[in-house]
Amino acid sequence: MSTAGFNSQNGTGTGQTYANGPSQNPVALQQLPGVSYGMTHQPSYNPMPAKAPPPTGPGLYPSAPYQPVPPVSSYQPGPQITSYPSSPGQPLLPRPPLSGPPSHTPPQSASPSPGPRMPPAQATPPPPAVSSSSYYPSPQQPMAPAWQYNTAPPPMGPPTSISTPPRGPVANHVNPAASLAEPLPPSSAPYSTAPPPRVSQSVTQPPGPGMPPTSMLGYTQPGTAPPPMNPMVPNTYQPGRPAYGPPPTGPSPIGPPPIMKPTPPPTGPPVANTTPPPPKGDAQCGGAVNSTVPPTESDGQEGDIECPGAVAGNGPQASNSYNHVDNKMAGLAQPGPPGRHLGHYPSLPPGYQNASAPHGTSSMHPAMQAAMQPYTQAPQPYQQPPGGPGPAQLSPSLAAMSLQSSTPEALRVVNLLQERNLLPPTPVPAPTPCLPQDLQKINCNPEVFRCTLTSIPQTQSLLNKAKMPLGLLLHPFKDLSQLPVVTSSTIVRCRSCRTYINPFVSFLDQRRWKCNLCYRVNDVPEEFMYNPVSRSYGEPHKRPEVQNATIEFIAPSEYMLRPPQPAVYLFVLDVSHNAVETGYLNVFCQSLLDNINALPGDSRTKVGFITFDSTIHFYNLQEGLSQPQMLIVSDIEDIFLPTPDSLLVNLNECKELVQDLLKSLPTLFGKTMETQSALGSALQAAFKLLSPTGGRMSVFQTQLPNLGVGALQSREDPNQRASAKDIQHLSPATDFYKKLALDCSGQQVAVDLFLLSAQYCDLASLGCISRYSAGSVYYYPSYHHQHSPAQVERFQKDLKRYLTRKIGFEAVMRIRCTKGLSIHTFHGNFFVRSTDLLSLPNVNPDAGFAVQMSIEDNLDDMQVVSFQAALLYTSSKGERRIRVHTLCLPVVSSLSDIFSGADVQAMTGLLACMAVDRSVTASLSDARDAMTNAAIDSLTSYRQSVLTIQQPGLLAPACLRLFPLYILALLKQKAFRTGTSTRLDDRVFAMCQLKYQPLFYAMLMIHPALYRVDDLTDEGALNINERTIPQPRVLQLSVEKLSREGAFLMDTGTVMYLWIGRNCHPNFLTQVLGVPNYAAVPENLYLLPELDTAESQRTRAFVCWLRDQRPFYPSLHVIRDESQLKANFMQNMIEDRTASALSYYEFLLHLQQQISK
Amino acid sequence: MAFTFAAFCYMLALLLTAALIFFAIWHIIAFDELKTDYKNPIDQCNTLNPLVLPEYLIHFFFCVMFFCAAEWLTLCLNLPLLAYHVWRYMSRPVMSCPGLYDPTTIMNADILAYCQKEGWCKLAFYLLSFFYYLYGYAFHFLTPLSA
Repeated sequence: MSTAGFNSQNGTGTGQTYANGPSQNPVALQQLPGVSYGMTHQPSYNPMPAKAPPPTGPGLYPSAPYQPVPPVSSYQPGPQITSYPSSPGQPLLPRPPLSGPPSHTPPQSASPSPGPRMPPAQATPPPPAVSSSSYYPSPQQPMAPAWQYNTAPPPMGPPTSISTPPRGPVANHVNPAASLAEPLPPSSAPYSTAPPPRVSQSVTQPPGPGMPPTSMLGYTQPGTAPPPMNPMVPNTYQPGRPAYGPPPTGPSPIGPPPIMKPTPPPTGPPVANTTPPPPKGDAQCGGAVNSTVPPTESDGQEGDIECPGAVAGNGPQASNSYNHVDNKMAGLAQPGPPGRHLGHYPSLPPGYQNASAPHGTSSMHPAMQAAMQPYTQAPQPYQQPPGGPGPAQLSPSLAAMSLQSSTPEALRVVNLLQERNLLPPTPVPAPTPCLPQDLQKINCNPEVFRCTLTSIPQTQSLLNKAKMPLGLLLHPFKDLSQLPVVTSSTIVRCRSCRTYINPFVSFLDQRRWKCNLCYRVNDVPEEFMYNPVSRSYGEPHKRPEVQNATIEFIAPSEYMLRPPQPAVYLFVLDVSHNAVETGYLNVFCQSLLDNINALPGDSRTKVGFITFDSTIHFYNLQEGLSQPQMLIVSDIEDIFLPTPDSLLVNLNECKELVQDLLKSLPTLFGKTMETQSALGSALQAAFKLLSPTGGRMSVFQTQLPNLGVGALQSREDPNQRASAKDIQHLSPATDFYKKLALDCSGQQVAVDLFLLSAQYCDLASLGCISRYSAGSVYYYPSYHHQHSPAQVERFQKDLKRYLTRKIGFEAVMRIRCTKGLSIHTFHGNFFVRSTDLLSLPNVNPDAGFAVQMSIEDNLDDMQVVSFQAALLYTSSKGERRIRVHTLCLPVVSSLSDIFSGADVQAMTGLLACMAVDRSVTASLSDARDAMTNAAIDSLTSYRQSVLTIQQPGLLAPACLRLFPLYILALLKQKAFRTGTSTRLDDRVFAMCQLKYQPLFYAMLMIHPALYRVDDLTDEGALNINERTIPQPRVLQLSVEKLSREGAFLMDTGTVMYLWIGRNCHPNFLTQVLGVPNYAAVPENLYLLPELDTAESQRTRAFVCWLRDQRPFYPSLHVIRDESQLKANFMQNMIEDRTASALSYYEFLLHLQQQISK
Repeated sequence: MAFTFAAFCYMLALLLTAALIFFAIWHIIAFDELKTDYKNPIDQCNTLNPLVLPEYLIHFFFCVMFFCAAEWLTLCLNLPLLAYHVWRYMSRPVMSCPGLYDPTTIMNADILAYCQKEGWCKLAFYLLSFFYYLYGYAFHFLTPLSA
């Protein structure tokens, strides 16, 4: 059965494809997946993928970054090419674009992106326990979008043909035969044929008749390759050809998706064998398949290695291109903020010159950029000899590494009671780990992966002595501007701990590498010997996997528990009287209408709608109906789906009906008088609807659910809002939402909650639905379409981002760390499925995670440790991808080194997460005490163990000088403050945010940035995209910094306040606000008028730049002394005393007192 | 030779403690499996939770028996555990079904370690009390005879 499906899909002749089965090239499959997915967010890559050279060898590297060098030239000159007769194929190609290794779908082809889907059926392993097996309800869903890539060609044009060595696909695994390997591919064979075999197979298979193992050999040594193979390959491909031929028709021409059954295609017995073993519980463990190199060939291989000559042929070219890439990356790493010199920053070590490279790179924050600078101070000895093995080989360089460099600036003693102006004028940069320069250069970006201690203590007792929290902060799915993507049939991983090969492994020799996490020695698979970037052989340490700490793999079928799911979006809307009153439906429907074509997905994308009040309304959008049909289910106790098949519909096929529905929805319930809300039942119904496929459920709720299952009661006592005593009701009232979330998680459904309510909604209970299903929570207190225009604008902008941002489905993230370290606790939204595995039904680019670590075994004999976060997900185009981040940090044995490596922001972020947990499990006051104690303990430890000279005062190392300030800021944060009136939902929401936001945004919530904006100048301004962005300095959060003559902008992350002084310069008022005088400043101004004056442009550019740095939309409030919001503004003046909280100076005195006890 | 009520209590407690020992072993194994990634926490909690109350009830039951038999010393030895059980169950997370373990928090290293330690401590306690009951049974069964 599967066969049939398969054939039809490709349109190829029936039997043939399979007949060749064994020979099918796994590579072909992989190639298919277009890079296009990433493209939207990562423009820089676009060019690359297209060009990606299909290396003859092992993996295809579609990733653009590597190809900077005009592929053509490099490619052609290669001596090898000539040697291989096969090359003639090229001319044959009818279309240049296609010729390229099919693997890389042109980035541009937005449309139906080819999923990396595996070819038919057999690949799919039996459903894992967790995920539901039943997957594709209807065969209609085209599985094979992958093929569509053909259509894409236009962009690729010439480059493709060039860059991509044709042979790539064919050669790799399948036939070693040299002839094939070469340029051949473009021509006929590879493209023509259809069905890509599943990737894994080739590897796993025993070198049976059909499958010659590692292709590499063939490549290098043509002679050796088993002859039979050659012919095979071309054949396989041929049949497919016709199907692809008519590429222009974009969307899935493809027929019935192959049915996913394990049944092997009849034809190729070998295929059957290959079917991957059933995946284990977590997909990540998937391929045991990996690296089997056929032993027989080994001799030949060695020969290859030893004669560099052969490799050299391509050598020069390759190296160039490679370097180029490398430089690019390096450049990224050292972007100095143009115009800004960190030099001001006292803690920079001498010689830490800010080589502010003129990178206009991005709008990245200067601080962040600075953080990435290499640690120039590293002693020379670290430098590897130029001819050396490259960064991947740590051992030599480590031996020479001395961790105590000359007195680090980070340890300079600061007396906090005397030095008041500690806040750096720019946002605080992340500290740089004290690693050899070559390692640091390729280390993971601190925006993505950060550790609270950049120098890891050797033992747990040392860590306990230092009294600082050890943990990681991650932003794994961040939108990146540079992301290498690798397509390879074999993803090289450690055999025992399954770590992905990374820049910090060491190569013992060319054939073996040593895992940097478990220290097992592994073989380098044959195909890994070939470097697609340089197109040279025998340099495994130059492969992109070993050159980039952040990399993305396109995963073969072993990484799938079921066929990649389509993008499925279900919207669950509250339409009770209360909801209609707020008027959010209009905004929602309009936003969705505007962005309906921008929803991430492919031709399989499905959408559905459910509305609810005291009953549940479904919408039948089946194709063929003249208008949407509403189905009402009033039995909310025992919910059922009226017409299960037509409630979730294909977006492309039914777009008109969906649009009709969206246009009529806002008016449909205009007169409703129904005040009750059966949210629980609606969620159950939505879960039933989504559980066969998984997907994303977006729930909009405007009041406390008060009917049916999951009904809640108001638990908030308004009189207790300002209580200085313990806050009650921070934990959920019922486990209904948690259990439902776990069910959702099991079926790969994530629930995002939009709460728009003026009254108490019990977010502590409702939030569980998102928290354990890896969703996100948005909260718009007091949302009203007329009364709160700023909220409306924020809602609109957030929705737009929400609807169009990248999304990953059915994801899991595993965090591995060097033996001896272990994970203690995770923080964020997810379900922890095992000690190091997070289940994330959806992953979005705005989600952050924190991990507490502990040291179980002493790390005595190690110089560095590594952490690796691997995120396996299905892209909205149906590709299975793995994004891997690796962070490497030095191990130190002295307390002073630990202190000098402390990352105060990361520590604050982690402490905030821990404090949230503590407030829920114990009590708020407990959590507050714990935070204060954290500051006391670490400073005490510093004083007792590190300081040699005892001086009076509150002493802190320079790197921790902001720690007390941040702790105080946390104590005054909405989540943890006491004594100030705080609504329970606001507090709980702040807690969610602290746990869920990536560090950079969380820090703004904790310690807002204050700028004076009435005197902006172009001095030191950034220049981005032709726009000049002034850079005022960050001021301390104290009223003493305000002046009546000025205007001040406070950026709290989600909200910005522009405070206008009473005597503000009239110039500012007229030129920026467009009002004649202070009294004329309107009460509810939340937009800066677009005036054509230099001042206005500067101010707007600055605000705009701040907004661009974050994925959500901060609303702006212009406030005067009389404004209601002034209280909110003043509450953020952290350094000042309030009725219920200490001022910064008092807090310091308190700390000092405790420390000297 | 007199088969008194006290002797009967000890005999019963002996048998029930043997059952409790199995509970404790099961508990230890289950948490070990969690720690080594063999089991999904949801499944594991679903198997563990139904066993919590029976274990507590069994223990409570023979405490009552000892009370009735006026075996004060034995009762005193068991009271701390009884109090612990009551406290433990009172402080359980919000759950709609009986049990103690919440799959969302159980993977936290602290909780995991705590539960494992709890398992070992209980195993030790039950083993010791098993022999104590054996002795108590023999004592009550044989004492009248010698008298």
